[in-house]
Amino acid sequence: MTTSYPHHKYTLVLIMFFMGSMVWAKTWTVCETCEHSSIKQTIQEANAHDTLLIQKGTYREFEILVDKPLVIKGIDYPIVDGEKKGEIFRITSDKVTLDGLFIINVGVSYTKDNAAIRVVQSKNFSIQNMVLEQLFFGIYLEKSSHGKVYHNRIIGDAVDEYNSGNGIQLWYSSDVEVRKNHVQGTRDGIYLEFSDRITITDNVSMDNLRYGLHFMFSNNDIYTKNTFENNGAGVAVMFSKFITMKNNTFRKNWGTAAYGMLLKEINDAEISDNTFEENTIGINIEGSNRIKYINNDFVGNGWAIRVVGACYTNSFKGNNFLYNSFDISYNSKLNDNVFEGNFWSSYTGYDLDKDGVGDVPYRPVKLFSYVVNRTPETIVLLRSLFMDIIDFSERVSPVFTPDNLKDAHPLMKIRP
Amino acid sequence: MPLRPLQQQEVMLKILKYSFYDLIRSRWSYIYFLFYLALGFVLLFLNNDVSKAVITLMNVIIVLIPLIGTIFGVMYYYNSREFTELLLAQPVKRSSIFMGQYFGVAGSLTLSLVLGLGIPFLLYGLMRSNAIFDFSLLLVTGAFLTLIFVGLSFVIAISNENKIKGFGYAVLLWLFLAVVYDGLFLMSLIMFEEYPLDTFSLVATALNPIDLSRILILLKLDISALLGYTGAIFKKFFGTDLGFLVSLAILLIWTVLPILGLRYKARRKDF
Amino acid sequence: MTIEINNLHKKFGKNQVLKGVDLTIDKGHIYAILGPNGSGKTTLIKSILGMVIPDKGNISILDSPIKKDWKYRKKIDYLPQIANFPPNIKVKELIHMIKDLRNSPSSEGELIALFGLEPFLNKKLSTLSGGTKQKVNIVLTFMFDTPLIILDEPTTGLDPKALISLKELIRKEKANGKTILITSHIMQIVEEMADEILYLLEGEIYFKGSIKELLNRTEQTNFEHAIAAITTTGSHA
Repeated sequence: MTTSYPHHKYTLVLIMFFMGSMVWAKTWTVCETCEHSSIKQTIQEANAHDTLLIQKGTYREFEILVDKPLVIKGIDYPIVDGEKKGEIFRITSDKVTLDGLFIINVGVSYTKDNAAIRVVQSKNFSIQNMVLEQLFFGIYLEKSSHGKVYHNRIIGDAVDEYNSGNGIQLWYSSDVEVRKNHVQGTRDGIYLEFSDRITITDNVSMDNLRYGLHFMFSNNDIYTKNTFENNGAGVAVMFSKFITMKNNTFRKNWGTAAYGMLLKEINDAEISDNTFEENTIGINIEGSNRIKYINNDFVGNGWAIRVVGACYTNSFKGNNFLYNSFDISYNSKLNDNVFEGNFWSSYTGYDLDKDGVGDVPYRPVKLFSYVVNRTPETIVLLRSLFMDIIDFSERVSPVFTPDNLKDAHPLMKIRP
Repeated sequence: MPLRPLQQQEVMLKILKYSFYDLIRSRWSYIYFLFYLALGFVLLFLNNDVSKAVITLMNVIIVLIPLIGTIFGVMYYYNSREFTELLLAQPVKRSSIFMGQYFGVAGSLTLSLVLGLGIPFLLYGLMRSNAIFDFSLLLVTGAFLTLIFVGLSFVIAISNENKIKGFGYAVLLWLFLAVVYDGLFLMSLIMFEEYPLDTFSLVATALNPIDLSRILILLKLDISALLGYTGAIFKKFFGTDLGFLVSLAILLIWTVLPILGLRYKARRKDF
Repeated sequence: MTIEINNLHKKFGKNQVLKGVDLTIDKGHIYAILGPNGSGKTTLIKSILGMVIPDKGNISILDSPIKKDWKYRKKIDYLPQIANFPPNIKVKELIHMIKDLRNSPSSEGELIALFGLEPFLNKKLSTLSGGTKQKVNIVLTFMFDTPLIILDEPTTGLDPKALISLKELIRKEKANGKTILITSHIMQIVEEMADEILYLLEGEIYFKGSIKELLNRTEQTNFEHAIAAITTTGSHA
């Protein structure tokens, strides 16, 4: 059979490649009392595709340059202490793996963005099982692609925005997978700028000063199953296109300018199956168009959705709005968005034909939210009898709120 | 053989006791009690979630307790006028009579509230829920509102011989504090929106016991929405333990003022 | 002297009700306070009881001034005009309560028997008829032993039997040396019981004296006519 021939040839090449690497690749052991006691020097002595095993101990080194494909693996989490002198690992080669190191004391600088690990113009890197503490920037990917940031733990102790860095930053990078990381106490937990086709999955980003996750000018990214909790301002997605956001949880982002999610100039995105729970504002939407909001749960937020500025052709379907102080807030009288088939806990209508859909439309915008938009201090009148009366009369005959802003088919039962 | 003369506090307590017994045996106390009992059960049956029930209850309580307190206070005062005259002819200090009646009415209303709401909540496992603090705050605020509005209604009633007039003024007072005040508050906030309004909001809230109670409960419950928008002073004040204590102190002042007014009026009034 | 009143003034709004009343009431007599409607009878009684606070003038009871005092009311029993009690308590409890408040010895047992109130003791006051309420009112007034008794329309709603009992009671108390003030619009009772008549007119004591003196002054033979004629015959007492 002629077709099997190239296949055989390929397998043969592969076997030869593996045998070759077994022959040529060397494993270096680094420990405090060994012949090789410095990571930096051992890297210089090693050849491409070698493996460095770093034994348990403390290595006071910084500006470690990895300029050839290497596997650097820690045994029992050896400590690499940068003593706050500067950047610690700088990777400039393709195919580098960092695994199982405990990196502390990155030098804080006001002129340079020092990182615990910086990857520059490299491909096929893998950074995994790392623990980073006492850091400035954590993992900084610069013009790199096709890599993996997997199962790292980044614990910062940021207090002020001006002298703290981001946990995981991607700048002009693409096709990177960020998975199962835990980031807390940094400025932005995960920050993407000009980075496309990034997959962010199963991460936890919490207690960060500014955003748990921050997108700028990044397109075609997907983030799923992440948890963003108690971040200064929640998650911000700005000036980006074709972002898919699914199955994430946004919790307890409380504060004057805190959001579960902030959308600014976002087009053509899909936001589905997420949970927004106990945020000051669930989603703050500014100038974003053609976004589908499907099957999300909004529970106990101050505002579930707050629409600021012109937003067109968005659709909200099958969402649960439960016990939010305000379900939807609008600052204009125009509405070009569709609300349909959502469940609203404050819906008081009836369902005479028993088809599971309320017979009277629900108007999710209260006059009070309109008043609060205009004069924020009026929030002190929340839940007062006066405001209830005013809201009721507005609901009966809308004057200030968009007339066509309604859910004509509100669900009678909560979407499971 | 003369018996030991009674102390005035004892006399007051006795009158309190009799007014209290008189009221807790009246139909209205039962209705009031059953209303809260039903409310508690219905809320818990409907969503079976103690924290949510507390929020819904707040809305009811902020409006209803002042109204019921006002109406009960005025009604009790006018209905027991002849009895009061009987007491006035007894060797009893005037203030003891009115203090006793006042605490009797306020006490029985508070008891209806605490039992009416407490029983369903206890049955539905309040002890296991972390809403216990919110719930007791609700009851404490409710008790304060009862004391305040029964006191205010007593002052109105003692100042007006005419039943209809007194009743009208009392309801107007409730309407003012529960609705109109907030309307004026809102208008002034919108009118002066260019100015910093933190301090104004704080003072305007503290001046109305209904608003104060509402904010006090809200900050423990709906804090996510409020924290986002109010200015720093407001948040700092109500969000801290000190602010919480100051708020309770203001409620206490609100309670004491009508009592002082009642004593003042009682000393000078002709019956 | 049981009561001494000097220059008592009281004004309600623009209405000057008492215009300088001077009055002395001696121990051991029954006084009837009479006068047309609005003459200030009730205001006078209430001033004595401390329920109305005078604008001017002094009142002394048993030789001590009553201003800013309340303990002197231990020496007075007062029967108010309208007996309207807390509706939800029982007769027994009301009696117990007044006893409790006054904390002095009382003899309600025989009074209850006298007016046949035993069957009503466990009834709520709201269920009683007007006459029965008045009987309870009387029991409450007479069950203590005080030197001064003030009765405001004591006969209202009473049946003849109770009326006789009441009269006996008043006579008995008088015999015990007590001072009794009565207002009543039933002249027969006044004629029968009173030693002295106090006639108030426009806030002043217009006449004070015995029935005989009144008849002489008005040159009438009938007491009722004498009262009716009193204002037409000139000079003051």
